[in-house]
Amino acid sequence: MIDDFEALKVISEHRDQAVVVATMTANFIWPQVSTNPGLDLMFSGAMGKASSIGLGLALARPDKQVIVLDGEGSLLMNLGTLVTIAEMSPRNLVHFVLDNNVYRTSGGQPVPNVGKTSYTGLAEAASYANVYSFDDLLSFKNDIERVLKQAGPTFITLKTIPAKERPPYPLTLTSSIISRFRAALQSA
Amino acid sequence: MDLKTSTADKIVRELRKCGVTHVVGLPDGESNSVYEAAMTQDGLTVVPICREGEAVAIAAGLLLGGKIPVVLHQNTGFFEAGDSIRGLALDLHLPLLMMIGYRGWRRDKPLTDSAAIFLEPMLDTWGIQHYLVESENDVQAISRGFKEANETQKPVVILLGTGGG
Repeated sequence: MIDDFEALKVISEHRDQAVVVATMTANFIWPQVSTNPGLDLMFSGAMGKASSIGLGLALARPDKQVIVLDGEGSLLMNLGTLVTIAEMSPRNLVHFVLDNNVYRTSGGQPVPNVGKTSYTGLAEAASYANVYSFDDLLSFKNDIERVLKQAGPTFITLKTIPAKERPPYPLTLTSSIISRFRAALQSA
Repeated sequence: MDLKTSTADKIVRELRKCGVTHVVGLPDGESNSVYEAAMTQDGLTVVPICREGEAVAIAAGLLLGGKIPVVLHQNTGFFEAGDSIRGLALDLHLPLLMMIGYRGWRRDKPLTDSAAIFLEPMLDTWGIQHYLVESENDVQAISRGFKEANETQKPVVILLGTGGG
C-alpha cells in the first residue's frame, strides 16, 4: 500500500507543464505538493466527473498533457467514462485512480465490492492504450517517468492506504477560479 | 419521430456558423438526425458519451481549453445530468448551449409524457432560458441562444421538438 501524500509528491515531481485535474482525496493533498498551481484545477461540483472534464481538456489542448487524479469512489459514479475516453483515445490523457477502498470524504465507509474490483482491469477492458497498477511506492517511483511518456490514454491505479481521518471538505470550485485557470491555460 | 433531415442539416450548418467545434452527446429519437448530420460535417467533432451526465463535464473541459462545444441529448438525459448541469454549467457560469430532444412534445395536444411535462418547469425553476426549434424556420434560435449564453454567462437550452406536425 502507498501513502497517498507520497504518491502525489512523486506525480508532482514529474508533471512538468502538465495540466492537473484533481478530485476528492487528491483535491486537498495536491495543493500541498503541486509545483505548478496555475495549471491545477481542483475539481468539485459534479461528483465522478473529473475524468470527463479531463477528457474535454485533453481534446481541446492536444499539445498539453492532462493528468486526472481521480478516486475509486468517484470513478464508480461514472464508469462509462472509461469507454468514452477509450473511444476518443486522447494520447495526452493520463488517468490516475487513488484506490483507498473507502469513501474518505464522508468518513471512511467502504466502497461497493471493496477490494474485489480491478479498476485497472476495467480500464484495460475498455481499451485504454496503457494500464498499470502499483501497490508499492518504490516501483511507482521507478516507473513513473516511463509511464508518463507513453502515448495515452493511460490508466494507473495506485493502491493507497485506507485513510482513517476525514479530510477537510473538498475545495469549492468557483467561476473566479475557473477564469484564472482558463487564462493560465491560454498562455501556457 | 426525429427532426427532418433538412432541418437537421440546417441546424448543423448554424452550429458551424456559430463556431461550434464539438458536439458532445448521445443520439435519441428526436435528435438523431442532428447527431448524424454532425458526424459528417467538416470541422465538427462528435464526442459520443455513454451517459448524459458526462456531457456537461466534457463540454466544460472543452470550453476551458478554448473550444466551442454544444451538448446534445434527450430530455430524459437532462434529468439524468442534473447534478452536472447544476454543479458545473450553472454554478460556474458556463456559456454553454445545450440542445435537448423534446420527447413527448405535442404542439396542439396536452402533454402526457412526464419527460415533457416536467421539462420546461424544471428549466424555468433553474433559471435556464430555452427556445423551441421545430422546423427550418426556427433554426436562427441557435445563434440567438449562443449570443445570450455568452452575454449572460449562463447555459441556454434549445429544445428540439418534433410533435408539431
